[in-house]
Amino acid sequence: MSPSAFWLLVFTMIPMGIVVYYSFMTRGPWGTVIFEFSLENYRQVFDPLFLKILGRSFKLAALTVVICLAAGYLIAYWIAFYGGRRKNLLLFLVILPFWTSYLVRLYALMTLLSDHGLINTFLTDWGLIDEPLALLHNEYSVLVGLVYTYLPFMILPLYASLERLDRSVLEAAVDLGATARERFFKVTVPLTKGGILSGSVLVFAPSIGEFLVPELLGGAKAMMVGKFIALKFLGLRHWPLGSAYSLLLLTMILALIFLYMRAGGGKDAFREQQ
Amino acid sequence: MKRISPRFLSIGCGAVYLFMYAPLLVLIVFSFTPTEYGVAWEGFTLKWYSEVFNNKNIQDALKVSLIVAIPTVLISTAIGTITAFTLYRYKFLGRALYQGALYIPLVMPDLVIGISLLLFYSSIKLDLGILTILLAHISFSIPLTTLVIIARMQRIDRTLEDAAMDLGADEWTTMWKVTLPLLMPGIVAAALLTFPWSFNDFVITFFVSGVGSSTLPLRVYSMIRVGVSPMVNALGTLIVVVPLIIVILGTYFDRRSVS
Repeated sequence: MSPSAFWLLVFTMIPMGIVVYYSFMTRGPWGTVIFEFSLENYRQVFDPLFLKILGRSFKLAALTVVICLAAGYLIAYWIAFYGGRRKNLLLFLVILPFWTSYLVRLYALMTLLSDHGLINTFLTDWGLIDEPLALLHNEYSVLVGLVYTYLPFMILPLYASLERLDRSVLEAAVDLGATARERFFKVTVPLTKGGILSGSVLVFAPSIGEFLVPELLGGAKAMMVGKFIALKFLGLRHWPLGSAYSLLLLTMILALIFLYMRAGGGKDAFREQQ
Repeated sequence: MKRISPRFLSIGCGAVYLFMYAPLLVLIVFSFTPTEYGVAWEGFTLKWYSEVFNNKNIQDALKVSLIVAIPTVLISTAIGTITAFTLYRYKFLGRALYQGALYIPLVMPDLVIGISLLLFYSSIKLDLGILTILLAHISFSIPLTTLVIIARMQRIDRTLEDAAMDLGADEWTTMWKVTLPLLMPGIVAAALLTFPWSFNDFVITFFVSGVGSSTLPLRVYSMIRVGVSPMVNALGTLIVVVPLIIVILGTYFDRRSVS
């Protein structure tokens, strides 16, 4: 058995098995766990509060995909068609955030949006507003944070498929009388469907389970499922319920990836991700 | 060929790049100003940096981060190399499944990885501390190193290996004298890319660290929680800039190996 198989078994599979096991247990007093089989945690999945938070997470992750797709397509298109000699530098700037601390990046965004941050200070100094705008701790700030964090995940696969796009097909479209708009929507977009699909999955999957963005930029009103699960674990020490919720989240993400593979995107997703 | 107006595109792209980089640039600029907030530039100071360097807690956290990151890089790169070799060289039953399973941690939310490891450690009664963080980091780094090294392997010219064998080298010699040197730039790149990955991890570490084993990101987080001190700007700047230098070196190696 190779060392990675060993590692995978011990540090991924067995821990997941333990999560499954815990999800059928009950909580005792003071955060202890009573090892008795019960389906109670799975009944809690239909708790209206949880469903509401899950729905919000779904909505925010979907909006993140839409915004990232619009902004990401713009950037990817521009780099692929107009990048010229600066192509490598521009791409490098897209990849760079992957290797910086995402905590520090989110902290930087948080200070920018805070009551005394640069944006509010500018606006009050110029007399445009009297009171600082509440830019933080709402669904919008969480959305901004998610887009800010995951935009590179969208740009890279889009760029990869735009770069591979056969330019002569575009010329043919023009020769046959397509307008710029027709060519874009009827030729370019359908031919880059693979990139659109990979990018959307790569953005959606981590967004829906995101913990730190709602933690730093959201408040009680913008609770997302990731933060909710973390609170169950660390705040209330309700490990069995937290386990059931985590499993539900993971199952949803894996189902999504499965659908994506079925849709034919899977083959080179990982290659594009690099 | 008529194209969409480049000027319109450029403005949009400029805005998106600005969005991606403005927060960090503002952070860096404000790390050099004496007052905490304020748009006016009130002079240049390095006092927050000297505060960072003299802070005992930060020094300790940096130590923990390095104690975790360095072995993580070494061990996960070694395992990644072996795994890449196995997957690339040998056809075996369930290879696709194995490769797919290997990449599961890449699509699992960090939160779920953190929680599952927390439960695992608690089940085997392993106290949370540097060791638990290290084990967690190695396990999320292995898929990354494997991926980078496999990508490199796919680009090596296999006829060189055949040539070595034809000239009488056995399999081991070929591996040590031909394959590994060809692969070396990829291995170095994987190692250099894993470093910031481990060094910057927050969410997983958050769940598997114990009392007295705060890494630098955890320290930053608790500083943010208590209230924003301008020192965090200086610390944040250092955390972003220093690993970037390492990454730039890594990409340089990666590029050079292609040519």
